Amino acid sequence: MIEIKNIVKSFGSNHVLKDISCVFEKGKTNLLIGASGSGKTTITKCIVGLHEVDSGEVLYNGKNFSTMNVNQRKEIRREIGFMFQGSALFDSLSVEDNIKFPMQMFSKQTAKEMLDRANYCLERVGLPGTNKLFPSELSGGMKKRVGIARAIAMNPKYLFCDEPNSGLDPQTSILIDELIKSLTVEFDMTTIVVTHDMNSVIEIGDKIFFLFKGEKKWEGNNKEILKTEEEEVRSFVYASKFIKELVK
Amino acid sequence: MVWAVTLICLFKYGARTYQKSGKKNKNNSVLLHGSKIPIHIFTLNCLWVSFFQLLTAGFNVIFEAMNFLYHLGRYFMLLGKVFTKPEKASIYWNLIIDEIYELGIGSLGITAIISLFMGAVITIQTAANIEGSWVPAYTVGYTTREAVIKEFSPTIIALILAGKIGSNIASKIGSMRVTEQIDALVIMGVNAPGYLILPKIVAAVFILPFLVVISMFLGVSSGYLVSLYSGLLDPSEYIYGISYDFIPFSVTYALIKTLFFAFAITSIPAYHGFYTSGGALEVGKSSTQAVVYSSIVVLLLNYVITQLLLI
Repeated sequence: MIEIKNIVKSFGSNHVLKDISCVFEKGKTNLLIGASGSGKTTITKCIVGLHEVDSGEVLYNGKNFSTMNVNQRKEIRREIGFMFQGSALFDSLSVEDNIKFPMQMFSKQTAKEMLDRANYCLERVGLPGTNKLFPSELSGGMKKRVGIARAIAMNPKYLFCDEPNSGLDPQTSILIDELIKSLTVEFDMTTIVVTHDMNSVIEIGDKIFFLFKGEKKWEGNNKEILKTEEEEVRSFVYASKFIKELVK
Repeated sequence: MVWAVTLICLFKYGARTYQKSGKKNKNNSVLLHGSKIPIHIFTLNCLWVSFFQLLTAGFNVIFEAMNFLYHLGRYFMLLGKVFTKPEKASIYWNLIIDEIYELGIGSLGITAIISLFMGAVITIQTAANIEGSWVPAYTVGYTTREAVIKEFSPTIIALILAGKIGSNIASKIGSMRVTEQIDALVIMGVNAPGYLILPKIVAAVFILPFLVVISMFLGVSSGYLVSLYSGLLDPSEYIYGISYDFIPFSVTYALIKTLFFAFAITSIPAYHGFYTSGGALEVGKSSTQAVVYSSIVVLLLNYVITQLLLI
């Protein structure tokens, strides 16, 4: 479980996060939703320590990440899988080497064990046999899936996905949503997904946090969000006429 | 702050206007845009404007100095992170071997071409300059050897490689930064500065002295080829010249310089690449800055080391 308490973060005079508190539960897909610039990505970067919070606490199973030293943070980070919006695959490494990278750095597995694990991860994301391809040879959707494969390579306790559906066709998008959901349940991970894709919200939103201009405006699940009376949430959810018609 | 700068600019503009259009008339007043201004008021205004100009210049100097100190501090803090214990020595070792190949073997061609032409041109120029004078012919070999070993091979090669290696390192690390690959390393718990920069520094410090020794050999050899085929001087005089009054410390001095240059031309571009922010445009800017600053530092180090070792 990850808990954030009263997080405040500013970049100069721009107050990006204003006193946000959330509890991200284990074994559930926790969604951070909101319009562009509402602070979703900044929250995840604060949680994993890429940005330091101005005030507030980030707790991993009750342990305060903000006050940890470099080595303690490294220990926590080895339990984190992070899928970036742009995949962030290492250009100079093949798909297989990208997935094996964290294992090579931190585990004592043999070459055979690492290869088996890489193959398993690739199978899970539906990309078997792409081991020797390089990131430049992959499509956007394939890169995202390899990003997930790399994120789960070390059996993480915490999985972060930053806009996993952006720029993808509906079929691939659904495939990735299902993958995230099934991995979360299977490995009992605490998963945090940053998205503004309403389809993902409805499909996989076990717990949803709605951010508006740096503040948490609403929290609930994928059923409650369709019935909420909160004005900002409604205008976000029902921005699409299709969903409006569907709910009617 | 913005208002202060605007005010200063207005005063500066005012000063220029006064200086350009102000004309002194007979009644101790200044005619400005058709209106008379008493001379003491005009002088007082000019003094004020000069004062603000000085103040602006002072602020600029302080700002630049602070900026320089900020970058210097951040550079040394980055180096502190670079030289920490590697997570897995075997991986770093493989990276160092790769970098030795890329930075060293990959630069062998350009080093050889530059060295051959450099030695040949020095020989021709020296021979042309002493032709018909009382200066002995062996001076050509002596001059070529001294110039190539002490200065051209270590410094010019370092400057050329600052361009080649420097832009490569800055753009590679900069691209990794803007595509979040460095963030990915950090989140995995990898010491990103160590993983990305340490192998490059170690490889360059290891391989550059070899490149410089090759450059020395090729530079002096090309001078011999010139003496052999151009007819400008007797090859035996050239051979005598290159062995005349040879002090082995010259090579040591050149190699010591090279070690410092190698460190500078890898660590400075790495710094610029590592702290790139933005997109592709900023990667290009970082790459340019890296080459400019590493070249300046090479020249600066050249002066300081020469002063320390040869005087």
